[in-house]
Amino acid sequence: MKVRAQIAMVLNLDKCIGCHTCSITCKQVWTSREGVEYAWFNNVETKPGIGYPKDWENQDRWMGGWRRKRNGRIEPRIGGRLRVLAKIFANPDMPEIDDYYEPFTFDYENLHNAPESRAMPTARPVSLITGERMEKIEWGPNWEEILGTEFRKRSRDRNFEAVQKEIYGQFEHTFMMYLPRLCEHCLNPACVAACPSGSIYKREEDGIVLIDQDKCRGWRMCVSACPYKKIYYNWQSGKAEKCTFCFPRIEAGEPTVCSETCVGRIRYLGVMLYDADRIAQAASVENEQHLYRAQLDIFLDPSDPAVIAQARADGVPELWLEAARRSPVYKMAIEWGVAFPLHPEYRTLPMVWYVPPLSPIQGAHQAGHIGWDEESGLPDVKSLRIPVRYLANLLTAGAEAPVVLALQRMMAMRIHMRARTVEGRIEADVLKQVGLSLEQVEEMYRLMAIADYEDRFVIPTTHREYAENAFDLKSACGFTFGNGCSTGGSTSANLFSTRPASAGLQSPRVEIRRVPAAGGAQPAPARPAARAAAPPAKQAEEV
Amino acid sequence: MSDFLHHLAFGIYPYIALAVFLLGSLVRFEREQYSWRSGSSQLLRARQLRIGSNLFHIGILFLLVGHTVGLLTPKAIYGLVITPAQKQMLAIVSGGAAGIICFVGLTMLLHRRLYDPRIRKTSSVMDIAILGLLWLQLVLGLATIPFSLAHRDGSVMTQLSLWAQHILTFQADAASYLVGVGWVFKAHILLGLTLFVVFPFSRLVHIWSAPVGYLVRPYQIVRRRGGARTA
Repeated sequence: MKVRAQIAMVLNLDKCIGCHTCSITCKQVWTSREGVEYAWFNNVETKPGIGYPKDWENQDRWMGGWRRKRNGRIEPRIGGRLRVLAKIFANPDMPEIDDYYEPFTFDYENLHNAPESRAMPTARPVSLITGERMEKIEWGPNWEEILGTEFRKRSRDRNFEAVQKEIYGQFEHTFMMYLPRLCEHCLNPACVAACPSGSIYKREEDGIVLIDQDKCRGWRMCVSACPYKKIYYNWQSGKAEKCTFCFPRIEAGEPTVCSETCVGRIRYLGVMLYDADRIAQAASVENEQHLYRAQLDIFLDPSDPAVIAQARADGVPELWLEAARRSPVYKMAIEWGVAFPLHPEYRTLPMVWYVPPLSPIQGAHQAGHIGWDEESGLPDVKSLRIPVRYLANLLTAGAEAPVVLALQRMMAMRIHMRARTVEGRIEADVLKQVGLSLEQVEEMYRLMAIADYEDRFVIPTTHREYAENAFDLKSACGFTFGNGCSTGGSTSANLFSTRPASAGLQSPRVEIRRVPAAGGAQPAPARPAARAAAPPAKQAEEV
Repeated sequence: MSDFLHHLAFGIYPYIALAVFLLGSLVRFEREQYSWRSGSSQLLRARQLRIGSNLFHIGILFLLVGHTVGLLTPKAIYGLVITPAQKQMLAIVSGGAAGIICFVGLTMLLHRRLYDPRIRKTSSVMDIAILGLLWLQLVLGLATIPFSLAHRDGSVMTQLSLWAQHILTFQADAASYLVGVGWVFKAHILLGLTLFVVFPFSRLVHIWSAPVGYLVRPYQIVRRRGGARTA
């Protein structure tokens, strides 16, 4: 046994309102730069839908995750080491930017400068890559928002597998849910395994998966290998970038930006202890539906004295052991079994888990009360609007039983709380049926329904002072774009033909080209197209 | 060409070029690693790149190895196996084939870089210049084939390789081996040396980072603060 600790996340989809605050705050902090305008380290998808980038769950197409070989070992689905290197000149499994969307802005200046005309001037879309006007925006970061686009296209969603999906195209039977997605910071990351230069690594202290920006050479294999498509190629810097789990905040004991700003309080952060020696074994289980159980099995009970002793021997700080015992993630994922990994069949052992959403009752005749399963006397989850099989395909590789139990427990919690607070009695039978004690359901209620800040985020600080001399770090350069403190030369003419990293720049550096509209109704003003925000560095380079 | 210019171009310039190549690479690796990358534009447009890049890289890798082995293997060694005339024919046939493969690929890449708006707009001056220089160099290299076919005894090839070997072994009379060699060969050599000069300032630096180590490293990498280690 080798004990390691990781900060893991749970998202309670039952409470996600799809407001995108997580995505926006994340973007403001991390990707409001040229080269990654199209990248959303955190995005919220409306399911069912093909998602972002298009069809990301289709691993026959994008070849993400791991594949179990006949001999029982696993290798990245994109291929073994030689196959990966053979694809290095042109990666056949990599999405193009159009599979995400071509980043755009609008020609707002035209609203100020257009000459007098009979029609109102408009701000036409302009590509952030070429600076040229886009005739039509074909796809965007959240194109399928709240059942946008027709069902025929959305229903290519892979989670419809083994679901009779036609009926859900009908208005009366349609359903939807939100799925916020970020890097899973997997225990068995395929991106790390596929990186030819070895620039991606998992941190031993907190399990965060990071890309060494200095070592990355832009071979692009990680983009394909990540089954969640959560590694993005920065087309300006030529480096791969990904969600950092806001590690500077985590190190200081603060939640990630997406968690901190979550309006619905759906995000939880806590320590999980796991046995690092059993990762390969858990990821190689033959039956995909057993992967969820196999992953549960490598997590260690933080209250077990043997685990604590081994953890101390392996160098896990006392503060972390304490946090592990109070971990909301451990409670939801292990104790109550209401949180699940996203697509365990990818064999990456993801560490961002999801509580499946309850949904309204399907039939109108059942409106107002939950359907009851006559046999077991339990709430009937089959009467819920979102098909259980759909959730199971998303969260347990199709195994329905764990998802059903989780949904039943969540409904039992509601029944219990209603009985207790409205009718003043205890629903002991219901709790017994779903295998929860009174204490457990009360704690579940406190954590999942009340969700106080201190209960949601139990994050120990990283004791950097043990590994580094904190005094030497005083006045150091902190978080940079690699290169140490160098900003790439002091003059605009750079010796090594690099462009300075453009933090904060969100307008194209190239000139917007104004072409007269097709009908000629709005003549283009005869003046040089002026760009407001083109920084001098790039101009000097282009002259 | 006057004796002085000849000596400057083929006796001194090689050392300047190699010094810039090595020192420039070292400085960039040390000071500007964030800029050290292959500079792929596949994300923006995969069309043309899929075939073009593969053909180009396969061709150019063969040519690189061919030139290195061909120029630097002393006659005393290869003479045990084949005669200079045979070696020249081998070089013409295999190099010609690889050159054509590379030419097709490079032409596709250059066309894509110049005429695809997404790629053109996001290219630096050096991105375009390096493709142009490589294309020119490749055309010059292919143009040497008819000249070589005019003298099949391998004498010119022997002179060229003697020049290269003398340069690398720091012998003062290296340039003299190129006296009387055809202009195409000289132009090809000059441009080739210039490519060495440009190398550290362009995306070509990714050649140094060819990830052969990937073949032997374990899949998972775990780093501990204050030192790397794998697990």
